[in-house]
Amino acid sequence: MSARRGGRPLPALAAACVVLGFTQAAPAAEIPSAERRSGYEFMSRETRAMQDDDATNPAVLWLLDGEALWNRKDGAAGRACADCHGNARASMKGAAARHPAWDAAAGRPVNLEQRINACRAGRQQAAPLAYESRDLLALTAYVARQSRGMPVDIAIDKRTKPFLDAGRDTFMRRQGQLNLACTQCHDELWGRKLAGSTIPQAHPTGYPLYRLEWQGLGSLQRRLRNCLTGMRAEPYPFGAPEFVDLELYLMWRARGMKMESPAVRP
Amino acid sequence: MEGPCPTPAAAVLVAALAVMPSGMVRGDTAAGAYAVVGDAVPAPLTAAPGDPARGRAIVLNRQVGLCLLCHSGPFPEERFQGELAPDLRGVGARLSEGQIRLRIVEPGRLNAATIMPAYFRTGGLTRVAPAFRGKTVLTAGQIEDIVAFLATLKD
Repeated sequence: MSARRGGRPLPALAAACVVLGFTQAAPAAEIPSAERRSGYEFMSRETRAMQDDDATNPAVLWLLDGEALWNRKDGAAGRACADCHGNARASMKGAAARHPAWDAAAGRPVNLEQRINACRAGRQQAAPLAYESRDLLALTAYVARQSRGMPVDIAIDKRTKPFLDAGRDTFMRRQGQLNLACTQCHDELWGRKLAGSTIPQAHPTGYPLYRLEWQGLGSLQRRLRNCLTGMRAEPYPFGAPEFVDLELYLMWRARGMKMESPAVRP
Repeated sequence: MEGPCPTPAAAVLVAALAVMPSGMVRGDTAAGAYAVVGDAVPAPLTAAPGDPARGRAIVLNRQVGLCLLCHSGPFPEERFQGELAPDLRGVGARLSEGQIRLRIVEPGRLNAATIMPAYFRTGGLTRVAPAFRGKTVLTAGQIEDIVAFLATLKD
């Protein structure tokens, strides 16, 4: 059988807990490094081929827009991204693999979309691009493309540790009317089928990505909202600190894995 | 009233009681109270008996019962059944109606780590979406319909 599961044998443990009178579940174990797998590996051969070939990866259309935006002067300062950063293929190499990253002005980690908008406000004196707008997705995808093939490289230090912990707490917390926690599916039940879909391990190595279900490009936060809605939980607003902390935890959890942006997913 | 397990200490007590054959505890939800005896809720939640045909429709409806997202069962016409939870085939032979009822109403009482939602609970939950706040996943009548249907799955 191809069905695999991570983690420990739940029913046996649960039975032991009942017998002993414990009802507090032990925190789920992190997936061992050697068992971590990108969502890419759970996809059909056809969908993988679509991601691998720039001639068929639909996200390439956003990359072309992103490159144009990178070079276009904008805002009261009349400056383009390229005027400060030069050629993104060199200057943006690895940037997406390091985000969310500490931002001194914000006093907290920010994700790539927030970094781009902070640059727009500060350097271009331009209005922020709306979350999930075509322009922000295009620019983010173009920047993230320059990290393709590089390992996720999240640095945790004294400043970022509390935010990582907050993100981990959110991942472990049961939420919504269905009272589910991210960890129950993505640490414990990955590789098994929820209705017709194989549960992946939730490594965000390919965002922003093209989802066949969306027929479009979307951010990690859009995907997180889908999961929360399925749990019948109230999603956080786009850009909410809780979402960025969760992104930080997920990227740290995927540390060392290869960036695939912009990926394709079912 | 809050949910059935307001504190860890109370939860431990409840679980200890729940596994004693003679122990009887009351589960409280905003939706209504029910008596847990051993690993079962022997008494129906409604005066009217459940209807197996309606129960079958709820079990198969992925927006209402949600069952087939995780469970498989003897439903050959249904594609894409879940494989995260026990197969429903033969559940009526393995469990009594009361045992089935507890596993729908409050499965966490038997397994604190379960992914099975408590279908008759409104308290003790976090960040419930506004559309579902203060509501149980299913009504008492729907749960009785499902119990009646699952009890017919004898083999």
